Amino acid sequence: MDRLLYLLATGLARGAVFALFALSLVLIWRAARIVNFAQGAMAVVATYVAFAVTGLTGSYWLGLGSALLAGAAIGFAVERGVMRFAPQGSPFSGVIIAIGLVMVLQSALGILFGQQHRPMAVPFDERPIMIAGVPVFSPYDLFVLVVAVAVMAALALLFTRTSLGLQLRASAFAPEVSRLLGVRVSRMLTIGWMLSAAVASLAALLLVPTELGLNPHSTDMLFVYAFTVAVVGGLDSPPGALIGGLVVGLVISLVTGYLGSTVAPIAVLVLLVVVLLVRPGGIFAAREARTA
Amino acid sequence: MSDLLEIDRLVVGYGGAPVLHELSFSIPSGAVVGLLGANGAGKTTLMRAIAGLVAPRSGSVVFDGDVLDDVAVEDRARRGLAQVPEGRSVVAELTVDENLRLGALWRFRGAERERAIDEIYELFEPLARRRSSAGHQLSGGERQMLALGRALIARPRLLLLDEPSLGLAPLVVASILEVLRDTADRTGLTVLLAEQNVTSALSIADRGIVLGLGEIVADAPADTLAADSALRHAYLGF
Repeated sequence: MDRLLYLLATGLARGAVFALFALSLVLIWRAARIVNFAQGAMAVVATYVAFAVTGLTGSYWLGLGSALLAGAAIGFAVERGVMRFAPQGSPFSGVIIAIGLVMVLQSALGILFGQQHRPMAVPFDERPIMIAGVPVFSPYDLFVLVVAVAVMAALALLFTRTSLGLQLRASAFAPEVSRLLGVRVSRMLTIGWMLSAAVASLAALLLVPTELGLNPHSTDMLFVYAFTVAVVGGLDSPPGALIGGLVVGLVISLVTGYLGSTVAPIAVLVLLVVVLLVRPGGIFAAREARTA
Repeated sequence: MSDLLEIDRLVVGYGGAPVLHELSFSIPSGAVVGLLGANGAGKTTLMRAIAGLVAPRSGSVVFDGDVLDDVAVEDRARRGLAQVPEGRSVVAELTVDENLRLGALWRFRGAERERAIDEIYELFEPLARRRSSAGHQLSGGERQMLALGRALIARPRLLLLDEPSLGLAPLVVASILEVLRDTADRTGLTVLLAEQNVTSALSIADRGIVLGLGEIVADAPADTLAADSALRHAYLGF
């Protein structure tokens, strides 16, 4: 029972990170109709920036801030410099370009920094707090959970309560109509990429220290898990990303705890296959057809 | 009156033969002009070219004295050129209120924006009762009201309206066109109204331009067109 409580608690914290990363995939999918396979590689570049800044200044928080800025800058560069020129005809062109980007970014990181795992420090204790003799959250888990929930709440407010959010949604749903109404759709697309890449960078920065450490491939599994989350939740659905993230986080934590960490990726893939068979659009896929 | 819109030898096509052949006409400020013609005459293509959604092969669109060739769609909108495309173009995922707000965003801020939105609700009362309904939940008439209200909210100088009567009951069409005519009279709005429903269009228009296979076959005051039975039979089908 003690063990179950601990696994559920850590599962929630990891799930929140998966949810955050999945949300970043949903943001780009909604804005550009691209499954951005380069999201993990882009986020790991930003994490290297954070690593370097923290190394130079000794401040975790400056590193975190610089990861967000670097993430947004990478999102800007990828959209304006690469994706904008993707041929519009085929849905695969964006995917293939993204996979090419993964290779370029990860190779460049390997050449610059090598393949070794660099441990990353975090500002909070990673050992679980004992409550009545039962291990639950570590302070770092709690920090991750709070940050993830705060960012998701901020995004929800941004999209539903602000003019920028309205323009971002309208540009995603009906680009031509939005342009006719004076909305700068191309700028909204760029902002969507920047937001998405910054969120993904934050998720990577939160997760990487709890894994083996920083390496050009540190976010590979994060991407696979988050992609599963996005598909499970429905690529179109931000709430789906949130709930899917928590489900996948708990599945991984429970399977790792009871069956061993080698079984966890298999469990996630089984979940992916089952959802694709039962509900191909994802659990939270919009039901009504789009007409606009 | 000076011309607000001037179409100068406009040629537009999508690949093969051009859809519009060296089209030229102009519309003075404050006029309500019906753009008539059968399906395939080029009405929608002309509307899209004026709004900037298709690039002409040659010729120009001049709005308020400025050549619009290199002006992007969204900047044309910001200069006062509004278009309600065919099919009512309501953003289905957004609520009525959000659709209106979207139309007002670049134009108004704060309290002014709220006032502009309220004015549209006064103009189209059925919309006021459905503020928080999503676009896809509206009836055809409500969608047309919303699309028109959303275009009017930014106080454009020229409104391009493409087939507003499509699929709507005659009574609904009449009430929408009445609001349109009334707004034009009240505010000096210039309107180019593309319609297959000639009777409706001519009932509120000052003038009609008849397109046939991408060329102007008639351009005359509305009552003259309505009385010209030969023209009506040949191009307008009634």
